[in-house]
Amino acid sequence: MRVALIGQPNCGKSTLFNQVAGYKADTGNFPGTTVTFTESSVRVIGEKIDLVDLPGTYSLTASNLAEKEVIRYLSSNRVDVILNLVDASHLRQGLELTLELLELGKPLIVALNMMDEAARMGITIDGPQLESLLGVPVLPLIASKGRGIKPLFTSVLDRGRNGTLVRRIPYQNQDLDDIILSLSKELQEMDLNLDWEWEALAIRLLEEGDDLLSEAESGDLVLRRTIEKYIQQVIQQHGKTPTWIFSEERHAHAQELADRVSTLGEERVTWQTRADDLLLHPFWGYVVMLGILLVFFQVVYLTGSAIEGPLISLFDGMIAKLGGFTGQGSLITDILTGILQGISGGVAIVLPYLTPFLLGMGFLEDVGYLPRLAFLMDSLMQRMGLHGKAIVPFILGYGCNVPAVMATRTLEDRRDRFLVATLSIMVPCAARIAVIFGLIAFYLGSWIALLIYVFNIIVIALTGRIMSWRILKENPGLILEIPPYRMPTLRTTFLKTWFRAKEFVIEAWPLLIAGSIFLELANRYKFADILNLLTRPFTWLLGLPSAVGLPLIFGVLRKELSLIMLRQALNVTDISQALTPEQMITFTIFVVFYIPCLATLAALRKELNTRDMFIIATLSVVIAMVTALIGRGLVILVTSIGVII
Amino acid sequence: MRLIDIEVNTAVEIVSFEGGKGISSKLRRLGLMPGDQIIIIKRAPFRGPLLVDANGRSVALGRGVAAKIEVSLCE
Repeated sequence: MRVALIGQPNCGKSTLFNQVAGYKADTGNFPGTTVTFTESSVRVIGEKIDLVDLPGTYSLTASNLAEKEVIRYLSSNRVDVILNLVDASHLRQGLELTLELLELGKPLIVALNMMDEAARMGITIDGPQLESLLGVPVLPLIASKGRGIKPLFTSVLDRGRNGTLVRRIPYQNQDLDDIILSLSKELQEMDLNLDWEWEALAIRLLEEGDDLLSEAESGDLVLRRTIEKYIQQVIQQHGKTPTWIFSEERHAHAQELADRVSTLGEERVTWQTRADDLLLHPFWGYVVMLGILLVFFQVVYLTGSAIEGPLISLFDGMIAKLGGFTGQGSLITDILTGILQGISGGVAIVLPYLTPFLLGMGFLEDVGYLPRLAFLMDSLMQRMGLHGKAIVPFILGYGCNVPAVMATRTLEDRRDRFLVATLSIMVPCAARIAVIFGLIAFYLGSWIALLIYVFNIIVIALTGRIMSWRILKENPGLILEIPPYRMPTLRTTFLKTWFRAKEFVIEAWPLLIAGSIFLELANRYKFADILNLLTRPFTWLLGLPSAVGLPLIFGVLRKELSLIMLRQALNVTDISQALTPEQMITFTIFVVFYIPCLATLAALRKELNTRDMFIIATLSVVIAMVTALIGRGLVILVTSIGVII
Repeated sequence: MRLIDIEVNTAVEIVSFEGGKGISSKLRRLGLMPGDQIIIIKRAPFRGPLLVDANGRSVALGRGVAAKIEVSLCE
């Protein structure tokens, strides 16, 4: 039996999913789509069910590809029961989605979640009455405390076994209902090969036109003309498109239902309001924000570096001993060294920073701080042609660009996703921090390292501005729900971290290991010179020695490798003997901006597509060249002024 | 008048959405429609967004968006 879990954002859907599915949840890609639904086989009350966690959505009116996939999926025969989670403290809004789901005609169960929060807000809901008005089971739930899960799934199993179809609630506007009925009758006669209930299909087609149909079906002229005829009929009768009139009707209906079954308590000034008075304050809000971010980065840095050091020496020790077992300089030793280095790169360099980072981010996200950060940062982001929501990938980027690129998922517009992905990969991640600190701070002083950071932010802001102005259309502006603060459950936060860390382990780590093996082989078979020749145009333009080419190429595998390899390539232990300060700065700026590491490229390819990945990679090389040259020019300018003075 | 011109803590009713289909459909999906009552709770500094309460739900609206929402004062 397959149960689809659906609800509006912040209704506690993932909390329920994690309560039931736990760490066993598996992520599966559905064929023909880029949308990932999480599916998990779980055993509830002695029965095995497949639970599908669909992305949170306010409405079924598809505004992007992912949502279109959700609608198709829900209406397909693959789903036996739809489990709709509604936030009891925001009943009216939740019911709008419920009314849409009723129209699908599938077995449906409504779970009123967060009953405790609603009670605290003085809201009481008459469940049985709502049940009789909707005609589907309505059950109370407190997912965060695990209360009400058993009765809920008993009801789900019961519905699934009986396959009880539901009836939609007719529209109060008789005209609309007549149109739905006559279109569904025509659709029925057309003998279409679709999984849909006829009335459900009629409503969705009226709301979305032939967008919803697959290519094969939208080629059917008769069908398209029929839909168009009815849409025109609605516009003529009501002066509005069906999309508007249907949602207005549901909006009013949801209000009416909520008014009938719930009573509101007295409105009070809660601690929530007081927290927002501080956290969103025009001055203190920013002070607190900086404080939170500072503590966050400090904790991540301290935890990461405490783990990194001992682990690195452990692996280095193992690599040093390897020759004793498999023969010094043998092919097998080189391959094993590559493998060990790849493993150590993941376990000692990436995961020690990534894990506390994801935990902290998961906590801030679950508590509800991230949307507030978006609110505070919106005006700054506007100047870069973006809106506040884009701040999250940027902050993530300072830890690692991979989760940054993954986080662009939460942006609705393709335009925003592309722009934010392009910009967030320029944020210096932990690996590039190693280069900035190990080279610039170490040889030239920490204030120059700080200048590089400032320079980086300016370049990102300018690139954003230029791209949104020249290439992409107008920024749609921020529209974002600010959910109430909630105490996250440990379980949910840990599971979220685990799922995200797992994505790195599965998708990026193998590439890292393969890259490290390649690096060893390149050293072994001495194709270093050939590679240096290939990169000569770049290194020549930048005024760098040609031996720097190889470290730059390997930086694509792992950014911190550029620094590690640099000593080896220049054949010195003290880099300042081989590079001038000007060259160090040029090199570092180039490393910060050029092609992100392989793992990030893989993430770009997954979140966007192969073409965009190449575009972004090429763009990053161009930006790296330009900025490195500007940096070089600035250094020359500053030193010559210094000489004159 | 437009939502952007309204003072904090004043109850207004949405009259209509102007401009692109994108903005109005996004607002609609969030459950904001003409006829609904909203109150501005906060304004972010530096020409930042507005925080409004709409039927008990807090929503942040960028200034560009707020300039496209036509409202009238509630009695």
